[in-house]
Amino acid sequence: MEILHYTFMQNALIAGILVSLAAGIIGSLIVVNRLVFLTGGVAHSSYGGIGMAIYFGLPIFLGASLFTVATALLLAWLTFKKRHLSDTYIGLIWAVGMAIGVIFVDLTPGYNTDLMSYLFGSILAVQRSDLWFMGALLAVVLFAVHHWYREFLAISYDSDYAALRGIPTGRFYTLLLILSALTVVVAIKVVGLILVLALMTIPTHIASHRSGTLYGMMMLSALLAALFTLIGLWLSYRYDLTSGACIILAAAAGLVLESLWRLGQKA
Amino acid sequence: MNVLHVENLYFAYDREPVLQGVNLQVDEHEFVAIIGPNGGGKSTLLKLIMGELLPNEGTITVLGKSPREARQEIGYVPQNTNVNLDFPIRVLDVVMMGNPKQHRETVNWWERLFPVRYNSVEKRCAYTTLQKVGMEAYLDRRIGELSGGQRQRVMIARALCAHPKLLILDEPTSSIDVEGQKQIYALLKELSRDLTILVVSHDLSVITEYADKAVYVNRSSYTHDLRRSPIHLQQPEGEHFCEIELMQMLAEKTCNCEHHAGRKEES
Repeated sequence: MEILHYTFMQNALIAGILVSLAAGIIGSLIVVNRLVFLTGGVAHSSYGGIGMAIYFGLPIFLGASLFTVATALLLAWLTFKKRHLSDTYIGLIWAVGMAIGVIFVDLTPGYNTDLMSYLFGSILAVQRSDLWFMGALLAVVLFAVHHWYREFLAISYDSDYAALRGIPTGRFYTLLLILSALTVVVAIKVVGLILVLALMTIPTHIASHRSGTLYGMMMLSALLAALFTLIGLWLSYRYDLTSGACIILAAAAGLVLESLWRLGQKA
Repeated sequence: MNVLHVENLYFAYDREPVLQGVNLQVDEHEFVAIIGPNGGGKSTLLKLIMGELLPNEGTITVLGKSPREARQEIGYVPQNTNVNLDFPIRVLDVVMMGNPKQHRETVNWWERLFPVRYNSVEKRCAYTTLQKVGMEAYLDRRIGELSGGQRQRVMIARALCAHPKLLILDEPTSSIDVEGQKQIYALLKELSRDLTILVVSHDLSVITEYADKAVYVNRSSYTHDLRRSPIHLQQPEGEHFCEIELMQMLAEKTCNCEHHAGRKEES
């Protein structure tokens, strides 16, 4: 366990756990609301925020958060009434966001950023200050899903009926998109914006087979996400591989094992 | 007592008139069936009664109030209950959705802040409501594991959970088998001892066996009081008896008006 003596490794572990818990919880809501593609659009467009933050010399987290929340609000507004048209808008914002990021990085004099580290994460470069941001986000996520659990459950299961019973469905839809946007932003450091979707969906998919309630599904997928992150980090350290990819493949292996297990039970 | 009073109601989507001069009077504990062709305005009428749409002209009073004010006292069972079948949600959670604000008055501050669990008052309420529809043994079952008829009962329990005085059902038996349909209507008949029931249905047996009144809606409306002139269906063995014939029979028996089940009437 000598690897735990390094500060960067400690930071990586804490970051991995914080982000996994948030991703597992929000991922469950994303999956049951069928918003995976939408979250993918938000995740990729966040590169626009990263590019702008680099150009204007802002902290990356701040720039990415502001930009991504703005994107989420735009998408919430565009898709709430017309969910069937949403894939068009999502595809559009997906590409435009990334293009904005690339252009701003081009415009930044003398800056030779490593795009790959944002696409696939750089968990070993996590700073102490990043951990505060991640911890705060996890606290917000935990508060929101506990305080508004019934509302989230109602709009996720039967949005029309929820509206009829006086729940402001549009507001909760927007809140969910904002929370997922922020989760995506913090997850970028850990697994990168391409792989964040897998961290939000694979543990959730496994958990959906194993839980009878939405609450159980959120908690189980949070724990699974944390477990896969730890396994992935160890693999990454042991064999000197990209951490984000290791985490995702650990999760994928978990999914395969769980599927085989279920097949075995059925037979 | 007057539960629902609709007078001279006009409604149009954009310029397309849907309802023209609809009148409807429903008294306490009545079992009223709304019939009429598809596109004749039945669903629109329901939306107006529940305050989802506002009339262009005319008045609707529900329990002496405007539809929006009366919303909490209206129970609603939607047409399609086969949505989101793989959603991780128990029967108990679905029923509690009918009364999402109930816990606010009944628990301590901590449970008000994080209302994830149900308190004993809520559980008892859910249990007794499920008992009314004969589904109390399924409290902890996942909603997707139930049959169509069982699920429909749960949806009725969900509507009853808020203790409505008026229960509105939109084609409640359209997706369940014949035996299940009979049971649902027998249940509704029983429930109509304690509350008022308004059901949209293409089901002939509802009108002939259970309903007190049949309201024919096709842009305008006609009300047939079946208690004054009951209809006895004599369906010849092996022959199909269709809605159009029933309309004609209703017309001859009760009001000498002409009804067409298949197309919109000329206005």
